[in-house]
Amino acid sequence: MSDISRRQVVLKIAMLFNGAVGVLLAIPIVRYILSPVSRGRKPGYEDWVSLGSIAGFPAGQTRLATFRNPVANASDGETAALPCWVRNIDGNRFQVFAINCAHLGCPVRWFPQSRLFMCPCHGGVYYEDGARASGPPERGLFEYSFKILDGNLQIQAGELPTPGFSAANKNKTLIQIGRQSPCA
Amino acid sequence: MRLIRAVGTWLDQRLQLGAPIAETMQHPIPRETASWTYVFGSAAMTVFALQLVTGILLALIYVPSAGEAWNSLQILNHKVALGWFIRALHGWGSNFMLAIVLIHMVQVFLFGAYKFPRELTWILGIFLLLMTLGMAFTGQVLRFDQDAYWGLGIGASISSRVPIVGPALVKLLLGGPIIAGATLSRFFAFHVFVIPGLLIGFVGLHLLLVLKLGINEWPMPGRLVRRSDYREKYHELTHTEGVPFVPNGIWKDAIFSGVMLLAIAACAIYFGPFGPSGQPDPRIIQTAPRPDFFFLWLYALLSLLPPALETPVLLIGPAIALAILLGLPFFSGEGEKSWRRRPIAVLTILLSAVTLGTFTNMADHAPWSPVMDASTAAAIPAKFVTGRTPLQVQGALVFQSKQCHNCHSIGDIGGKRGPALDAVAVRLTGDQLVRQVLQGGGNMPAYGKNLNPAETTALVGFLETLHPSAQTPAHDASLTAGIQP
Repeated sequence: MSDISRRQVVLKIAMLFNGAVGVLLAIPIVRYILSPVSRGRKPGYEDWVSLGSIAGFPAGQTRLATFRNPVANASDGETAALPCWVRNIDGNRFQVFAINCAHLGCPVRWFPQSRLFMCPCHGGVYYEDGARASGPPERGLFEYSFKILDGNLQIQAGELPTPGFSAANKNKTLIQIGRQSPCA
Repeated sequence: MRLIRAVGTWLDQRLQLGAPIAETMQHPIPRETASWTYVFGSAAMTVFALQLVTGILLALIYVPSAGEAWNSLQILNHKVALGWFIRALHGWGSNFMLAIVLIHMVQVFLFGAYKFPRELTWILGIFLLLMTLGMAFTGQVLRFDQDAYWGLGIGASISSRVPIVGPALVKLLLGGPIIAGATLSRFFAFHVFVIPGLLIGFVGLHLLLVLKLGINEWPMPGRLVRRSDYREKYHELTHTEGVPFVPNGIWKDAIFSGVMLLAIAACAIYFGPFGPSGQPDPRIIQTAPRPDFFFLWLYALLSLLPPALETPVLLIGPAIALAILLGLPFFSGEGEKSWRRRPIAVLTILLSAVTLGTFTNMADHAPWSPVMDASTAAAIPAKFVTGRTPLQVQGALVFQSKQCHNCHSIGDIGGKRGPALDAVAVRLTGDQLVRQVLQGGGNMPAYGKNLNPAETTALVGFLETLHPSAQTPAHDASLTAGIQP
C-alpha cells in the first residue's frame, strides 16, 4: 500500500510540474495571441500620412483621396491602399472623412449634385459636412485629424474607424442608446 | 480473394477492430426509424467529408495572402483544369451542408429527440451548427473579394460595439488595426485548422452519443418520456422488435447521401463556382457588398432594426437565442415527443421559417439600399413627362440630377428607400411638398441647402403632376374654405 501511495504522491508532483510548465508556456502564447491588441509594442499604429498637394482639392469640392496605411506589410497587397473623402470647405478649412459608413463600415459614395454621401449597404445618408442625414447610422461620418505641411494635406491614419472607436475624434463614440434624435 | 482475406485477418489480429465494428453495424434500432426522415444526420456527415476533400484540393492552389488570394482564385477558375469545378463543389457543398444541418435540426426538434437521455447530443449539435455557420462565414472571407473585404468591415463594426472590450475585439478579429494581410491569414487558420479540427472532434462525440444512447425512436402521440422508465422501454423497442442498423437502416442513408452528392455536383456544373467578385481593393468604392445566402437574413435585420435597438439586439440577441437552444432539453426534457401533440413546437418552427424566409427574400431586393446609379442609369417612364409644361419637365430633370431617383421610384423604376412617388401629389399638397423637400424629415435628408428657389419650384411643379388621372391631387382645405363665402 505504502508503495502505491508513494507513487500517487509522485504522480501528483508530476502533474503539478506539468501544470507549472503549461502556465509558463501559456504566458508567451497568450501574449502572442494578444499582440494585435497590445498597441504599446507596435508604435506607429497611427501616423501622419500625406494625401498629396492641397492643390488637388479645390475649394468648395469634395474629392476622393487615397493613401497607404502607415503600417503595411508585403502580404497586404491592395488592402493597404485606403481611400478617404477630402472636403475643402472654403480654401482654408478642410474636413477629411473616413470612407467607412458609421453604421457598419461599408464604403460611402459622394454625390456632388445633391451634396450627400450615400451608403450602398443599409442606406445610411450623410450631409456634405459629414452629419447624419438619414438611415441607420447613429452618428455622422468619422473624421481624420489633418494638418497642412509644406502645401501637403496630411491625415492621422492607421486604424479602421468603427463605431466603437472612431478614428481621430475618440470622444464621439457610438454607444449612446436612447439618445435624442438630432432632428427632434 | 484468399490473399485479401489473409491480409485482413493479419491486420485484425493486430488492430482487433473487426468485432467492435461488426457489433456497431449490427446494433438494433427501432423498426420505424429505418425511415427516410432519419437520413439527414448521415447526409450532413457525407457532405462534410466532401468539404474536407474539396477543401484540401483547393488548398493545393489557393494562396492565403491578401495580395495573392484573389489572383489564385482566378487561376483556379480559369487556368487549372477543372479548378472551377472543385471550387463550385466546395461552394455548393457549403450551402448544402448548412441546409441539411438545419433540416436535421428541425427534424430532431419536431421528433422530440433532444429529450432525455439525449440532451448532450442536442447540445453538441448546437455547437456543430455554430461551427458550420463559422465555416460558412470564414469561407466567405477566404473568397477574398470585395464582398469579403467589406463583410469583414461589417464584422469589425459589430464587434466594436461590445462595451469596453469592443476596440480590442476588433483588433483581435482583424489581426491588426486594419483589414489587411494578417486578417486573411487568421481567417485561413480558423477555416482550415481550428474549426474543422473542432468539427471533426464534435462530430465524433455526436456520433458516439447516437450509438451509446441509440437513435431516437419514432415518436408516438401519447407515448411520454419519463426519466424513470425511458431506458427500459427503449431497450424493449430495440431488442424485442428492433432491426439491425446494417442493412435495414443504412441503405436509405447511403442512397440519400449519394443523391445529395449528385445534387451538389449538378449545381456545381450548372451554376458554377461562387465569384470571386471584384478585387479586394478598398479604393474601388463602386461596390454594393452583399453577404452570402445564409447570412442575408442578418443583412435585412441590420437594415430594418431601429438604430437605438440595433446594438442591444446584436449583442444580447445571440446570447438569448443560444441560451434558449442550449436550455431546451433541460426545461423540456420529458413528456410528449410527437409533433402532433406539440403545437407550440410546430408553430415555433413555422414562425422561424417564415421570419427567416421573409428577411432573406427582402434582402434579395434590399429596398433599404439606395440604388446608387439610379440618377444616371434609371429612366423616368415617358408617361410621367409627356405633355408636361417646360417648368414641370425641368423639375423632372432636377429630380434626376439631385439623386432623388436613388431613393424614390417612379413607375417602379429607381430606389425603394423612400416611398414611391407615382401618386405623391395625392398625399401631399404643393406647400407640404416644398416643406418636405427643403426640410426633410421622416427618413429623408433636408435639401434646403442644395436646391435654389428655381430648382425647388420646378421640382415641386413636377411632383404635383404625379397623381393617377382618376384621383384629384391633395389640396389645402382651409384655403378653399377661406375663398368660398
